[in-house]
Amino acid sequence: MSTLTVGPGRGGTRRAPAPVALMRGLPLAPAVFLLGAFLAWPVVYCVWAAFTDMALTGASGADFVGFENFTRAFTSAEFHQSVFLTVVFTVLSAIIGQNVLGMVLALLMRSGHRVVRAVVSAIVIGAWVLPEVVAGYLWMALLGDGGSLNEMLGAVGLPPQNWLYTAPILAVSIANVWRGTAFSMLVYSAALSEVPKEIEEAATVDGAGPARRLFSVTLPMVRRSIATNLMLITLQTLSVFGLIWTMTRGGPSNQSATLPIYAYVQAFQFSDLGYGTALALVLLLIGGVFSLIYLRALRLGESMT
Amino acid sequence: MTVTFRQFGNDRVMENFLKDAKAEFEQAHAGTTIDLQPIVASNDDYSTKLQLQMRSPRTSPDLVYEDTFLINSDIEAGYLRPLDEYISAWPEWNNFVDTAKAAGRALDGKTYGIPTGTDTRGIWFNKEILARAGLPAEWQPTTWNDLLTAARAIKAAVPDVIPLSIYAGTPLGEAASMQGFEMLLYGTGDTLYDHASQKWVVGSQGFKDALQFLQTVYSEGLGATPQQVLNPNWNDTVAQELIPKGGVAIAVEGSWLSNNWLESGANPWPQWNTVMGWTAMPTKDGQAPGKVSMSGGWTWAIPQNADNPDAAWEFSRLLNDKAHQLKFAIDEVQIPVRKDVTADPTYAQANPSNEFFASLVPITTYRPAYAVYPRISNEIQVATESVITGSADVATAAGHYDNQVRTIAGDAVVAAAGS
Repeated sequence: MSTLTVGPGRGGTRRAPAPVALMRGLPLAPAVFLLGAFLAWPVVYCVWAAFTDMALTGASGADFVGFENFTRAFTSAEFHQSVFLTVVFTVLSAIIGQNVLGMVLALLMRSGHRVVRAVVSAIVIGAWVLPEVVAGYLWMALLGDGGSLNEMLGAVGLPPQNWLYTAPILAVSIANVWRGTAFSMLVYSAALSEVPKEIEEAATVDGAGPARRLFSVTLPMVRRSIATNLMLITLQTLSVFGLIWTMTRGGPSNQSATLPIYAYVQAFQFSDLGYGTALALVLLLIGGVFSLIYLRALRLGESMT
Repeated sequence: MTVTFRQFGNDRVMENFLKDAKAEFEQAHAGTTIDLQPIVASNDDYSTKLQLQMRSPRTSPDLVYEDTFLINSDIEAGYLRPLDEYISAWPEWNNFVDTAKAAGRALDGKTYGIPTGTDTRGIWFNKEILARAGLPAEWQPTTWNDLLTAARAIKAAVPDVIPLSIYAGTPLGEAASMQGFEMLLYGTGDTLYDHASQKWVVGSQGFKDALQFLQTVYSEGLGATPQQVLNPNWNDTVAQELIPKGGVAIAVEGSWLSNNWLESGANPWPQWNTVMGWTAMPTKDGQAPGKVSMSGGWTWAIPQNADNPDAAWEFSRLLNDKAHQLKFAIDEVQIPVRKDVTADPTYAQANPSNEFFASLVPITTYRPAYAVYPRISNEIQVATESVITGSADVATAAGHYDNQVRTIAGDAVVAAAGS
């Protein structure tokens, strides 16, 4: 900033002369154009579609219907259930599962042997590298009626369980924790490696136990990474589709139909594009609300120090 | 000229069939080339992709393979063009069965698709298991009660098998609606849709009777457990694993079932035609015509946006002549929709169950496959699911269905007589 030739507030012009600004902006033009064509246009189209009765088939002229799609959503029990399930899924699998487990793994690996570290990260990252659908099939094969979990339970004389039937949202949450923990682990490993050893050692000398050291010294120092990580995994988890679709298709009785599943079914199985895009917009808003909460938490944390 | 069709996984029957026809057509019509465009996808995705293609004149094919399930809604959307002018100059149309002709006809009375094969539904049973329960090899239930009595006898005599497999619940999708619920409903005399007034039926006694039958089967343990049937792959498990293993005594299933056990199928089972028997699904109290079948099937249709509709018609005429439909029906284990194909001895000889399932065509019913049908079908699945899991009784489930149909179909609803 300080190397700008025409600095702000130095008596002369406050901004660069128009031609210079234009010249500077010129290299950005293709990028702006591409963004406009391939990103902004579909978004605008989606917003517009959410206010029409656009359908993939059947009698429909894509007429403007105002807030009808949203009224329909907010008065539908299925929609309320899917919002509730989306929040449960996100809190269980991302905010609690991936986040806490990722942190625990990162902390443990810090003091682990080099070989153990390599093996653990290979396994965890392996789960992350697998495509969503493959991970979904793996977990379906494990948790399903005739799955390997039941074989193991049977071998020790326990009754078989059908997780996908009795607790589907829990089953898909566990699968998502398994799949997504690597990301949090990597973020936290990187953050923890930046924490100076001397500070923790100083705390030990002052008589702080391991728990006190963790909560009063280490975690506050990686606070910003925690907020960033939470925001990223929350947004990722809100839109998880393939994993749930493969494992349960949102069933039984819509008991694992999160918003993306519900929106997909409405748009592409019932051909109701207008309603489906309206639901997608609601999902976008929920993501926005979560992001605002994290950003706010991040700023509050900063002002406290 | 472009032709779009559906290719299902590794099934090459359709592809080979069309390749041969293409060669034949191009030889006869010098200067015309046919561009075959397969869409490799599941049923739901196929229709979505096809509809997206037909939306725009730039991407629209000239001839498309359309499920009768969606043809009416695609007609309403204005994607297809009427074929009546072509058909009136086509004497072979008289060889098609009337019920099949109706499958490609819209509410406006015009025909938009040429049916190219169908399926029927009935009962498959394992003769060996039935013998152990004291039932004859030529078993033929004439009422729902006969079915339940047989299932109870099997449950008592052969404890480790599923006595009566009938589908229900949302995970199985159309299999639950068609092979399960609708096979019952259409045996009560009531229907989903009143064609005379063009309205959806709510509050019918038949709807409750059909749900009641399912509740009896599942609550008495005569069927699979709800956990089993609510697995999205359950119908494959039944067809490919359990029936050949002798794990199912009676199954309400489709004419194509033996497809799975042929040399080319998912689980070859050479003994199937001696072990398995088949018979028609009875009506509730044996009332006329005594048996029930539901049908789906596919048609060849010409999109509104087609560039070469005349050439497309010529090609579809070739695909739908007797020789081609015979070949297709045998290779794909389809029920022919042409009377002369059904009558051809090579068809009956190709598969021992062919003759029986083809004989159901005159009494079969096509679904009221109008634009809102997929959503109504989903509500049927919800109703069956709540009944078999015990989360609602029959009256509550039927009442919920009625409310949902009123929401979905709006004014196009008629209350059943006597309700």
